[in-house]
Amino acid sequence: MRDYTIFIPEYIAAGAAIGIIGIELFWPNFRKDRLAYLTALAAVAWFVAGLFFIGKDAQSFQGIIASDDFTTYFRLMAAGIVFAVSLMSANYMRTRTKTAAEYYGLLLIAGCGMVYMAAATELITAYISLELLSFSLYILVGYLKRDNRSSEASLKYILLGAFSSAMFLYGMSLVYGVTGSTTYSGIAAALSARDQAGTDPAVIVGFMLILTGVGFKVSAAPFHMWAPDAYEGAPLPVTAFLSTLSKAAGFALMLRLFGTAIIVDSVEWRWAILCLAALTMTIGNLIAIQQSNLKRLLAYSSIGQVGYMLISIAAIGYGDAQGGINATSGLLIHIMGYVASTLLLFTALTAVYNRTGRDDIAGLKGLAETQPFLALVITCALFSFAGLPFFAGFATKVLMFQGATTDETLWVVALGVLNSFISLYYYLMVIRQMYLFDPVGDSTRWKMNPVLGGLAVVLVLGVLFIGMYPGPAFSWSEDAAKPLFEAGSASGLARVP
Amino acid sequence: MTFDEGQGYVVLATMAIPLVAAFLLVLTPGSQKMAVRYISVVTGALVCALSIYIFAAYQVDGAEVQMKLRWVWIENTAFLGENGITLYFAVDGISATMALLTGVVAFAGALASWKLDYRNKDFYILYWTLLAGVFGTFFSYDLFFFFFFYELAVMPLYLLIGVWGSTRKEYGAAKLMLMLVGGSVLIWIGIFATFHEANLGTFDLQQLWAAGNDGTLSPTFQKTFFPLMVIGCGVLAALWPFHTWSPDGHMAAPTAVSMVHAGVLMKLGAFGIIRLGIQLMPIGAEFWMPGLMVLGVIGAVYGAIAALTQRDFKLISGYSSVSHMGYVLMGLATMNEIGITGAVLQMFSHGVMTALVFLMIGALYDQAHTRDIKDFGGIAKVMPLWVIFYAIAGLANVGLPGLSGFTAEFHIFVGTFRTYPVFGAMAIFAAALAAAYMLRMFGQVFFGPFNPRWSDLKDLTPLERLSGGILIAAIVVMGVWWAPFTDRISATVTHLPGVTG
Repeated sequence: MRDYTIFIPEYIAAGAAIGIIGIELFWPNFRKDRLAYLTALAAVAWFVAGLFFIGKDAQSFQGIIASDDFTTYFRLMAAGIVFAVSLMSANYMRTRTKTAAEYYGLLLIAGCGMVYMAAATELITAYISLELLSFSLYILVGYLKRDNRSSEASLKYILLGAFSSAMFLYGMSLVYGVTGSTTYSGIAAALSARDQAGTDPAVIVGFMLILTGVGFKVSAAPFHMWAPDAYEGAPLPVTAFLSTLSKAAGFALMLRLFGTAIIVDSVEWRWAILCLAALTMTIGNLIAIQQSNLKRLLAYSSIGQVGYMLISIAAIGYGDAQGGINATSGLLIHIMGYVASTLLLFTALTAVYNRTGRDDIAGLKGLAETQPFLALVITCALFSFAGLPFFAGFATKVLMFQGATTDETLWVVALGVLNSFISLYYYLMVIRQMYLFDPVGDSTRWKMNPVLGGLAVVLVLGVLFIGMYPGPAFSWSEDAAKPLFEAGSASGLARVP
Repeated sequence: MTFDEGQGYVVLATMAIPLVAAFLLVLTPGSQKMAVRYISVVTGALVCALSIYIFAAYQVDGAEVQMKLRWVWIENTAFLGENGITLYFAVDGISATMALLTGVVAFAGALASWKLDYRNKDFYILYWTLLAGVFGTFFSYDLFFFFFFYELAVMPLYLLIGVWGSTRKEYGAAKLMLMLVGGSVLIWIGIFATFHEANLGTFDLQQLWAAGNDGTLSPTFQKTFFPLMVIGCGVLAALWPFHTWSPDGHMAAPTAVSMVHAGVLMKLGAFGIIRLGIQLMPIGAEFWMPGLMVLGVIGAVYGAIAALTQRDFKLISGYSSVSHMGYVLMGLATMNEIGITGAVLQMFSHGVMTALVFLMIGALYDQAHTRDIKDFGGIAKVMPLWVIFYAIAGLANVGLPGLSGFTAEFHIFVGTFRTYPVFGAMAIFAAALAAAYMLRMFGQVFFGPFNPRWSDLKDLTPLERLSGGILIAAIVVMGVWWAPFTDRISATVTHLPGVTG
């Protein structure tokens, strides 16, 4: 069925992107922060358009793109992230570049890439969406072209990203070669139709290559090497973008691909993801302890978070359809909480950076004296990452880990809890700088930009809401998870009881 | 609305008032230091009054669990079934006693920190958040919220100690925080495993307890995970050898935080052992209790010996807390009615007397700026009231008849002798050591040759007298008229699974 209305939200986003680039083309002196507000406005329109899809029947565009609650969930998330990041960038980019239109355009385009990574039910479409996101990010990371670190980060990211794309493609081609189909439902049908004598080794290699490719994108260890450099070199709002949007998108793709297309052969890949999860969280958290640069610290901390999230993907492979819903709902609510906390943290850090220009941890010394609100906000976000109560992290982590607990995954869940304890240590080291030390140099109180302040207030309320009353968020997550596992969907057909 | 439900709102209010106070304080400008103090003291008085009401209104001959209030939080979503996560507050005899303790100590602590001046707004925000967590843990009948509040009570400690503390505060704060959260890692794992194993789709503690009783949680499972739960909670209860945060943490903490921390927070650990150990995994408890007994005895004796060698007031009290919490663990490990009743009594008794001790240490340290007992002598000449208050706390500590310590320790020793006579004897040895370290300190500090360096020390302020007076009242009441306590506690203890008469 060709129903083009399912693309309307992204028509808005992509149209706005072109419009914004056009504005600067014709009015080069247009104020750069106004471009940011226009982008935020477009994101709001995009979000509102996305709201109309809530509760609509799932439908498929030619079997390659699905419009269901899962897609809607990530569409709303993408719009929200673009909204927050564009507001965050307003003053930051205004003082650092002369041309910013492409920057804001690319934010919107990258958001569209994320939506179709979640919506794709066909390998080529998934790949193209992934590349749309990746190419936008390559440019965004290197956007401050006069800054050597930014250019270096971009180059590193491009080289490794291209390498991982090649792996992903190779894996796809192997899967296609054996199953003869590129659609998820076709792959699932072909895999379950084979006789049960054994899986073709080529398919297993294909799975592993796909896993490697996606693992690069979400920066799972041992494919995480690019992340710290890219995070450190990128402009601060882009770092926020990298650690929210690109991670969420990677997991959206993984959930649909592993949860529907190749779930039948979960025996062949689930152990690999489980090991990947254990490795990723341990490496991320242990290396984070030694960091002195805040951006690098957050890069490793987000690698740790990816490790926790990977457990849920493995748990899908270990459970039945209900187990899949359990694990996926837990993962989705955790991604929501993680995204909100990360955006909150980066909003605050951007405000600090605009004032001090320092991105090392010691640069936060005495923040509780000079700007107590920001210190509180940063503490909230870090406590949320560590999973302390009242903040999103506690509730979402409990729900995610509980959803992912099966007899086989319990040990990794235990490791995950242990790791979040390790993470508390280095979060405390950051909090310590703000509260236990006096400010260095200028110790007068300063006022923060009202836009950033407003954004921070909204995000704090969001983080507290998810943390204290996770009910609504969890039921949205369940609604989003259901289409992947209910009868009638690709996996519903494929699951052999 | 039934009367019981109405009382449920009282329980809710007891937890919520500290949170509301914290929120009000966030809105108060930091320069309004007097307003901050008034808000805090009024909150303390309210909370104390409500907790006395809860204790008094708990009917000994009524249902075991009273004053229920239940709001559904999440249900019928993914793995959560009927009543998946509920905000479920209720009170049994043990939590009624613990609530009373918390109310009394919270009020006393709020009075004691009246003179605190440096960023007192931030201090009280964290202080009341911590107490909301403590009340919430004692009242929660839902595992999710039990753990939610448990963590909430630990979280503010880092800043409370790190910012307002004294000796080696950063070290003490980080060590304490990391060890306590490290303990809760084990509880997290235990919770995930329990929920998965019980497969009921609910965090309702009563349903999970039933599952533990009827074997839905298999014996192997219980034997595997009981140590996790007990060690996890035990860290907070200063279970030897996981007690090392206690002396350093207490030494670093400011007065009110020491009071609340030693007085109430450590009891959360022992309370957790009852809730998540004895009640949730009775088969595991039966299997492992001798082990807990051994650790408890070691803690009791070791703490007393260590206290004997210390010179810093706070270190003496820190180690003495380790020793007294050792008695609590021994009482729990007896698994008989009188022993466990004694353990809960000891939790209360140690709570009030140790709060009084830390209050007195704070009153002295604020003026003298040293806590080395060798520096002092003949303090009774300049601070007579201080000496009397401290002596009452110290004698309760030693277990003098007529004070709370005697009631509690007597129950524990009787319980221990019934099951493990040898350990009972060792516990009495530890009690003798307690007399030694207390009397040694009395002799050096209170009496002895007067050191003229201290001639301008002032006696207790009126607020400190009030604060101490409340605590002494609790100590004396429990020492001479313990029936209200033992009635409530044993009414609940008899219902615990696996407890012998």
